Amino acid sequence: MALDVGGKSIEIDEEGYLVNRDDWTDDVAAAIAKAEGIDMSENHWEVVAFLREYYDEYQIAPAVRVLTKAIGKKLGPDKGNSKYLYELFPYGPAKQACKIAGLPKPTGCV
Amino acid sequence: MATEITAPAYRVIPIIPALKPGAMEGLKPFVANEKMQEALGFPGKLVDDWHDRTIAKMGEMLGKYRSFKVFMDACVHCGACSDKCHYFIGTGDPKNMPVARQDLIRSVYRRYFTLPGKFFPKLVGARDLTREVLDEWYSYFHQCSECRRCSVFCPYGIDTAEVTMAARDILDSVGYGMKYSNEIIGKVHKIGNNLGLPGPALTDTLEGLEEDVKEDTGIDIRFPLDVKGAEVLLITPSADFFAEPHIDSLVGYAKVFHAAGISWTLSSMASEAGNFGIFIGNYEQLRKIALRIREVALELGVKRIVVGECGHAWRVAYSFWNTLTGVGAGANDPFAIELQSQLDHRYKQPMHICELTWDLIERKVITLDPEANDKHIITFHDSCNVARGSGMGDYPGGQFEIPRNIIKAAANKFYDMSDATTLEKTFCCGGGGGLLTDDLMELRVKGALPRMEALHEVVETHGVNFLACICAICKTQFTKVLPYYGYNRNMVGGVHQLVSNAIRLGDK
Repeated sequence: MALDVGGKSIEIDEEGYLVNRDDWTDDVAAAIAKAEGIDMSENHWEVVAFLREYYDEYQIAPAVRVLTKAIGKKLGPDKGNSKYLYELFPYGPAKQACKIAGLPKPTGCV
Repeated sequence: MATEITAPAYRVIPIIPALKPGAMEGLKPFVANEKMQEALGFPGKLVDDWHDRTIAKMGEMLGKYRSFKVFMDACVHCGACSDKCHYFIGTGDPKNMPVARQDLIRSVYRRYFTLPGKFFPKLVGARDLTREVLDEWYSYFHQCSECRRCSVFCPYGIDTAEVTMAARDILDSVGYGMKYSNEIIGKVHKIGNNLGLPGPALTDTLEGLEEDVKEDTGIDIRFPLDVKGAEVLLITPSADFFAEPHIDSLVGYAKVFHAAGISWTLSSMASEAGNFGIFIGNYEQLRKIALRIREVALELGVKRIVVGECGHAWRVAYSFWNTLTGVGAGANDPFAIELQSQLDHRYKQPMHICELTWDLIERKVITLDPEANDKHIITFHDSCNVARGSGMGDYPGGQFEIPRNIIKAAANKFYDMSDATTLEKTFCCGGGGGLLTDDLMELRVKGALPRMEALHEVVETHGVNFLACICAICKTQFTKVLPYYGYNRNMVGGVHQLVSNAIRLGDK
């Protein structure tokens, strides 16, 4: 499957996750988000940036708790909770935000 | 996307739903790709001679597993199971009646392995194996969560889950495996857990938890990793390191060990209790995944092995670890014997975390303040694999009593759901047996109906606001599907999350 981003065809898997992580750009992220029905705001980008940073270090998306803590530190304690993250990413911060950040899907019982 | 799925309405009178033939026809979870298949030693894609190989594999299994043969022969179509399946109740698709689902394979068995079926197929409901039949297997045997509720009602005691497992094993053997389960099993072998959480990330997560708990309680509570010579090796689902509310139970386990003064460790190599080998019905995978735990136990020299809140893991540990790995008596290869002599047999091997905690509560080694959970009005969901595939406490029904005893010790307000939906008659959460995947969301939402009805009832009558679970799959499934039924996902929590709230630390 493929996603059309500015005339360029980007390969995605059947669930909409990027096949090649190197294909990720801001435009690709915005296109994936659009397909998910999400209009990317600055707050969305903050989360996406943190996910990518964490992934670069650990080869996995952060635990939801690690994410909420980090976002709380960055954007204020009223935003350091999973309710806020679900507002940004209604299908769940772990999977939907990972998809937009171009990271592989967290698998297992999550 | 998934938000378009709507939950079925609660039934006014919970009887057999109106049939909706074909309602779930063609539902097909993503097929595993070549890489995922080959990593497990299965053909990469559907083989050209799938017909002959399917029949051959079936024959091999009929010879090897006496149970499978009995289950193929014994059913008399009495219909006792037909309305006991949550997927049938939720979808109304008649092929989701357990008897009908099994007949998808039983009809092929009759055609190729019984005399009347060979000569008079039409008279005995036997049918040829065609590509359509194979696709039907793939579809409907992935609409069974192997929860075995129907088996409770079967007068012949047919283990319907085993039939589903056999079907999936056959499908894998001809290159027609399911992506969700097989990708995950690949990750266990490669990385050590279902999640794909590498060692350094695990270390970081555990360090973060130590900080959080210190902040909350002022006490240094450790989450040890790969500690040689620890007394207890805790094997818990990797979701406990990652997801909400799972991680709160992990905090609970750590507090229990701390308060009781038991030295313990997690393992980076065996950082997974889950064993999806059972979901795909493949003995080799089941064994291979289980053996990681033995390897780590021997390496770390632990005296006890304890399993965290994970339903099917406890079934595998309780029912299969002994002969698979030598945790518990039964296996007789040299490593199993070595492990046998290493473990401390004054304790149950393996032990469920609930058994450990309840024993400590009973002996007053740890103290709980139930007022700490006063804001929670709690009910408990019996997980299918714990309820029907295992035990606790070495007495009948211990697996039902012990988790409830812990909850009642940790909280003041507890109400059970309808007894038609608890204990051995518990309904699956709707996401078990390897179906906890986004591409089956519609099935998961619909399959949750009977559990949601029972929950709804205790919410209405007692104001229940906390659904306690002891399984990572149940927790994730409910977190996902509760909103479809108008409930807040924060209602879901673990039994050890309640323990975590109530346990007295550091002041004894």
